[in-house]
Amino acid sequence: MQYQAIVIGTSAGGLNALKIVFSSLHENFSIPILVVQHISSHSDNYITKFFNNLCMLNVKEADEKEKIEPGNIYFAPPNFHMMVEEDKSISLSVDKKVNFSRPSIDVLFETAVYAYCPALIGIILTGANNDGAKGLKLINDNGGLTIAQNPKTAETRTMPQEAINISKTNNILDLEEIGKFLNKIDKDQKKILKNLN
Amino acid sequence: MNQENINENINIEIKLLLEAIFTKYGYDFRNYSKAHIKRRILHRVSASNLNSISEIQHKVLYDKDFFEIILRDLSINVTEMFRDPSFYKHLREEVVPILKTYPYIKIWHAGCSTGEEVYSMAILLKEEGIYDRTQIYATDFNKLVLQAAKEGIYPINKIKEFTYNYQKAGGVNSFSDHYTAKYDSVILNKSLKKNIVFAEHNLVTDNVFAEVNVVICRNVLIYFDKKLQNRVFNLFEESLIQGGYLCLGSKESLSFSNNFNKYTIISDKEKIYKKKLGI
Repeated sequence: MQYQAIVIGTSAGGLNALKIVFSSLHENFSIPILVVQHISSHSDNYITKFFNNLCMLNVKEADEKEKIEPGNIYFAPPNFHMMVEEDKSISLSVDKKVNFSRPSIDVLFETAVYAYCPALIGIILTGANNDGAKGLKLINDNGGLTIAQNPKTAETRTMPQEAINISKTNNILDLEEIGKFLNKIDKDQKKILKNLN
Repeated sequence: MNQENINENINIEIKLLLEAIFTKYGYDFRNYSKAHIKRRILHRVSASNLNSISEIQHKVLYDKDFFEIILRDLSINVTEMFRDPSFYKHLREEVVPILKTYPYIKIWHAGCSTGEEVYSMAILLKEEGIYDRTQIYATDFNKLVLQAAKEGIYPINKIKEFTYNYQKAGGVNSFSDHYTAKYDSVILNKSLKKNIVFAEHNLVTDNVFAEVNVVICRNVLIYFDKKLQNRVFNLFEESLIQGGYLCLGSKESLSFSNNFNKYTIISDKEKIYKKKLGI
């Protein structure tokens, strides 16, 4: 399997968790990453600034109709849902909140399934509600790879626990392992591509 | 049947449904964001306990009431008063002083949904002392939301957020001066409605209807594809007077459109553009 995209969802405790995952990704990591971090609708772009300073990849707030390209990490803007189009571009929407959230993890995961599955990796990290659980199940049901942060070591355990219960994912990892796991996948699939050429 | 085939069939069914809606009722969703349309339609399939999108198509053709439900599903009805307060603050500080130099001001609020942002504008203009010489055209393609907009009654549980936005937007009075609370609702002051005309207008299929000083169209274009966006940008450009202002949503941009060279940027962050003179 050549994975084409990674989607990540998190809420409470997410900034610290993402920091650990992102800072461990190697500099030519090429699978594009789309992130929903629950956040106040009034916040500015400090998140992207914060992550750009500590990781090798280009971190940005998603723009509407933006093409999803390798080497980038896209964050859903505050107060917008982020969706993936089947032509691998990003759409934004101000639709109703889903699971009391906008951006909602389920909305991103659901639309990413249609655009990428089975070549999709879905990850749920620390958080305090059940947004993303259905989405992770959908990725699992459609042949994608799913990962949940180990609830025992998560800052807030509800979200990964719900995701595990509903999606039945087998990949339950500590934060430190997730970055390594992704690096290995990226490296392995580059090797395969190289051999094919 | 494998997943890929199912998805292919879903996409075919959606395409046929949108054709059916356009042919039968004249509402054209064929150039809307596909992910948005698909999400809404699949939700309708499960909410109405249907087996397939083709069943929606059948019901839409034979049942006008069901069509109204689909129309509501596909339109964007989420908004708030003074949404993005910094935009209204900027408008108050940078655009209103110029508007004050005109004897008569016309504003087109395109895609006004349930009216929250139209009344926000009316409040702002009132506080700046120019509402009495302003005419606001507030349009939407959906009759139901226009009806709600005309009423100007909103749930009281939204007031906390509206008040917060109003203050952040540079409101000069107390927000409660502009409404009366009754049971679970707030009723906006009648005087705010005086110079607003609510009317049906479809950005996808209808044309220019007035020459205006300001066009406000926020968080509507994100649902359109590039082709449709350009159609709408042309419509706005034809509607604006020279030196008129175009205001878009915080994630929308004129930068990649055919019309970009006809405007100067007033605020890149707040997405306020001014049509050049001599165009």
